[in-house]
Amino acid sequence: MTFVAKPKTHHPKLPRNELGLTRRDYEGAVSTLCAGCGHDSVSAAIIQACHELSIPAHRVAKLSGIGCSSKTPTYFLGKSHGFNSVHGRMPSVATGANMANRELYYIGISGDGDSASIGLGQFAHIVRRRINMTYVVDNNGTYGLTKGQFSATNDKGSTSKKGVPNLYEPIDLAMMAIQIGATFVARSFSGDKEQLVPLLKAALKHEGFAFLDVISPCVAFNNHNGSTKSYEYVRGHSSALALADLIPTRDAIEVDYAPGAAEDVAMPDGSTLRLRKLRDDYDPRNRVTAMDTLMRMNEKGEIVTGLLFLDDDPSDCHEILGTVDEPLASLGEAELCPGSERLETINAAFR
Amino acid sequence: MKPTDITDPNYFHKVVDCQWACPAHTPVPEYIRLISQERYTEAYMVNWDSNVFPGILGRTCDRPCEPACRRVRTEEKPVAICRLKRVAADHKGDIRDYLPRIPEQKNGKRIACVGAGPASLAVARDLLPMGYEVHMFERDPKGGGMMRSQIPAFRLPMDVLEEEVNLILELGVVCHFGQEITSMQALLDQGFDAVFVGTGAPRGRDLDLPGRAEADPFIHLGIDWLASVAFGHTDRIEGKVVVLGGGNTAMDCCRTSRRLGAESVQVVVRSAFEVMKASEWEKEEAIAEGIPILNNRPPKSFVVEDGKLKGMWFECVEPVRQDDGRLKYVPSGEADVFIECDHVLIAIGQDNHCPWIERDLGIEFDRWDCPVLDAETLQSGNPKVFFGGDSAFGPENIIWASAHAHKAAISIDLFCQGKDVKADRPPEGVNLISQKMGMHEWSYDSEHDPAPRYHVPHADLSRSLSNIKIEVELGFDRHLGAKEAQRCLNCDVQTVFTEKLCIECDACVDICPMDCITFTANREEEELRQHLMAPADNPAQDLYVSGDLPDTDRVMVKDEDVCLHCGLCAERCPTGAWDMQKSIINIPQVHA
Ligand SMILES: Cc1cc2nc3c(=O)[nH]c(=O)nc-3n(C[C@H](O)[C@H](O)[C@H](O)COP(=O)(O)OP(=O)(O)OC[C@H]3O[C@@H](n4cnc5c(N)ncnc54)[C@H](O)[C@@H]3O)c2cc1C
Ligand SMILES: Cc1ncc(C[n+]2csc(CCOP(=O)(O)OP(=O)(O)O)c2C)c(N)n1
Ligand code: SF4
Ligand code: SF4
Ligand code: SF4
Ligand SMILES: [Mg+2]
Repeated sequence: MTFVAKPKTHHPKLPRNELGLTRRDYEGAVSTLCAGCGHDSVSAAIIQACHELSIPAHRVAKLSGIGCSSKTPTYFLGKSHGFNSVHGRMPSVATGANMANRELYYIGISGDGDSASIGLGQFAHIVRRRINMTYVVDNNGTYGLTKGQFSATNDKGSTSKKGVPNLYEPIDLAMMAIQIGATFVARSFSGDKEQLVPLLKAALKHEGFAFLDVISPCVAFNNHNGSTKSYEYVRGHSSALALADLIPTRDAIEVDYAPGAAEDVAMPDGSTLRLRKLRDDYDPRNRVTAMDTLMRMNEKGEIVTGLLFLDDDPSDCHEILGTVDEPLASLGEAELCPGSERLETINAAFR
Repeated sequence: MKPTDITDPNYFHKVVDCQWACPAHTPVPEYIRLISQERYTEAYMVNWDSNVFPGILGRTCDRPCEPACRRVRTEEKPVAICRLKRVAADHKGDIRDYLPRIPEQKNGKRIACVGAGPASLAVARDLLPMGYEVHMFERDPKGGGMMRSQIPAFRLPMDVLEEEVNLILELGVVCHFGQEITSMQALLDQGFDAVFVGTGAPRGRDLDLPGRAEADPFIHLGIDWLASVAFGHTDRIEGKVVVLGGGNTAMDCCRTSRRLGAESVQVVVRSAFEVMKASEWEKEEAIAEGIPILNNRPPKSFVVEDGKLKGMWFECVEPVRQDDGRLKYVPSGEADVFIECDHVLIAIGQDNHCPWIERDLGIEFDRWDCPVLDAETLQSGNPKVFFGGDSAFGPENIIWASAHAHKAAISIDLFCQGKDVKADRPPEGVNLISQKMGMHEWSYDSEHDPAPRYHVPHADLSRSLSNIKIEVELGFDRHLGAKEAQRCLNCDVQTVFTEKLCIECDACVDICPMDCITFTANREEEELRQHLMAPADNPAQDLYVSGDLPDTDRVMVKDEDVCLHCGLCAERCPTGAWDMQKSIINIPQVHA
């Protein structure tokens, strides 16, 4: 917790984006989380990604549940819409909001407790429904806000601060997401913004359900020796399989990647997603082999990061349901309530 | 890059831009904090220790600290460092208890100081507490040098001058005032253990133009004329006055003329406005007093008719910027201009002049008549004779005189003890003291005020033009002083990094409002400067580079350039790898 407000003064050479804004214009209130919490770095990465994409803050809605992680939307994009909902229930609120207005960017922030314990059911169904949003789990393997109980993503054998090991199998939310229909799945680390920021940019531009499992150490309750989610452990045990860069134009700019290692995917808004494979045997666009590789590396206790899975022709819930292009929220009463005669005809069709 | 050696006193000293730029290295942020705490007496003494004349300098200093102030780079205008010095002087209490004690028992060494300007006075102040017997010889009846004879009372009131000059004289200087020294040999023959020459740069430059001799009764050398005003020999100037020159002397001459009854006053300068030597604020004040400044007009001749000055001819030129950035003046094609005037004040510079020093005493002089000295020790070719102030390297200002004096006093002390004036000099040092008081509490006020620089109130213009003794600037009152003080960034409270504690959580990087901190792979400096959170494009400002970090093969790099010293990095660091520590730079003085 910091009591001094962050000075408004900024570096005189801070870059401005297409909207003429600096990164500082995307900040929120000063964080009240513990000093050193990984969640603050995730917030900083979101700020940077939104700035680099020149996203107007008022076109973003931030949604969250309950937890230290779920508090963070207050600490970024201070000029965006926000809804801090009930523990584990962010997916419902996100679904409703997205149904009502398909034109906003939706950023969901959740925790491993929020999404893998109390909210696991909600999580599974928002993935299935492919709500067009960026869903971030700040994964620290613990219930930070309630002072350090093991969460459902905590690895079996990983110990508490007092040395007691966790007895249960962990849930791998990324793997679940791939299995049940997410079209963009990545894992990253709060301490590696060089990887995280481009992934977030790609996720924000992805027109489908994009899921990011971000390992984000809890300095207060899960950063000790024996924990598999400490800064030191994650640094020593993770490796990336594939990376994503977002290039603002469609002109493929040649860069010096090893032949075959870089592939460009055209994005609907005219930008290019550049996929960089770091291992020859890994194809992030093949759901089956992706899951296979993940399983095998999980067994070995290796933390796999980067872009894990991408469906480069995604669909979202609105497409599945065939809703109108215009946001429902901006339709008038006449369009939304076509009247009792029309209802009669519909009902008759079911008889 | 190699890890930064923060035990090198210069490293953190350079971060305190104002202190580094001050010739006497006054601990500026320290006294500004004391002003915020309304501890004016202590703030005054911090100044008195390093620059000797806080009340005088708080009104007249050349302020090399201000353009150096970090606020110029983070916001726009520097902290009003000089005016805050005056706040300390104006509001101080009784300082007697803080003054150094002068030993009853002398050390048996006798020192002669020639001249009673700021340089000699500061040497005396440094040596008296060590038991030296200091004899001061001055041609004028009173001490102060050019601070008395040149700086007009509307900038420096007499009581302020006398208070600080007398303070030193009363420490026990043996005064021989009204006595001109005419022979160095004779002085040395009196058996002094060392001689300090603080005679200034006393000769005003003249202008050898057609008509100069005939016009002589109507022409005055600026510094001589100002001296005669200061000593009360001149109290009026009639008719139209032209002042030649673009430096501070010219500004004092024109503003003084304006107050002594001149019908009109104008300043004519051979060069362009931007390159005039006068300080920005001096030019602004002259213009505000309605004095026109004519630039690019080199003087050609004086015109005298019937034994009376009629006026002067000037050429018209225009500046052309050359490849090396310097200005060259070429004729503008306009016809010469004639400016009518009854008096001309020539203020085009001063020269050193020591006819009283015999040339066979080992003291050599260069072609500008400046003595050849060792720049560090200020010792001349005659080991007993030391120089300082304007007499050393040509005309400078009061703060340089104090700075020279401290160095010369150290040399004199070493010399008198039979030590080596170079090898035995006390070294500079740095102490670092943590400012942490609690979880989020620092013993300094870490929040700065981003407000623009506060304006200082001025006396009513017509009133101040009516009387040369009315001080133009009124100074900040306590309230405004406190507000201006809050603009200071506390650049002496340093960010100190301990790499072995760092877990690379990025909290400091994320919170830093100025993007100073980066964790990255080490590289050569030039390359590193371009691989930071924000490009480090100011090579005058150092990069603080840590040793290798424990968990990755990266290093921490901090660009000192625009750090606000807000302490947020240290507040957000979970492990205490960052700490805010006050750097106290020990600038050696004789007694320290
Ligand atoms: C018009 C004018 C305005 C100035 N305004 C400022 C200002 O606002 N701020 C600033 O910082 N500086 C200012 N200066 C410069 C400043 O006054 C000098 O740099 C400073 O006073 C130099 O100090 P000093 O001790 O070296 O010599 P001085 O102050 O020049 O003192 C030398 C003394 O030695 C005496 N002396 C000389 N020869 C002999 C001798 N043979 N025997 C006995 N006594 C002798 C002289 O009478 C004089 O009193 C100004 C200068 C001028 C000319
Ligand atoms: C319905 C409900 N049950 C339980 C709680 C208590 N509770 C608050 S936060 C939390 C766990 C948060 O863990 P996680 O989502 O991982 O967030 P973190 O604090 O670790 O970021 C729990 C159990 C609650 N607020 N509401
Ligand atoms: S902000 Fe204060 S400490 Fe920093 S350079 Fe300016 S006056 Fe000096
Ligand atoms: S004190 Fe720390 S946080 Fe504040 S500007 Fe300097 S480096 Fe950044
Ligand atoms: S906040 Fe402290 S521990 Fe974290 S990266 Fe910065 S210095 Fe290291
Ligand atoms: Mg958690």
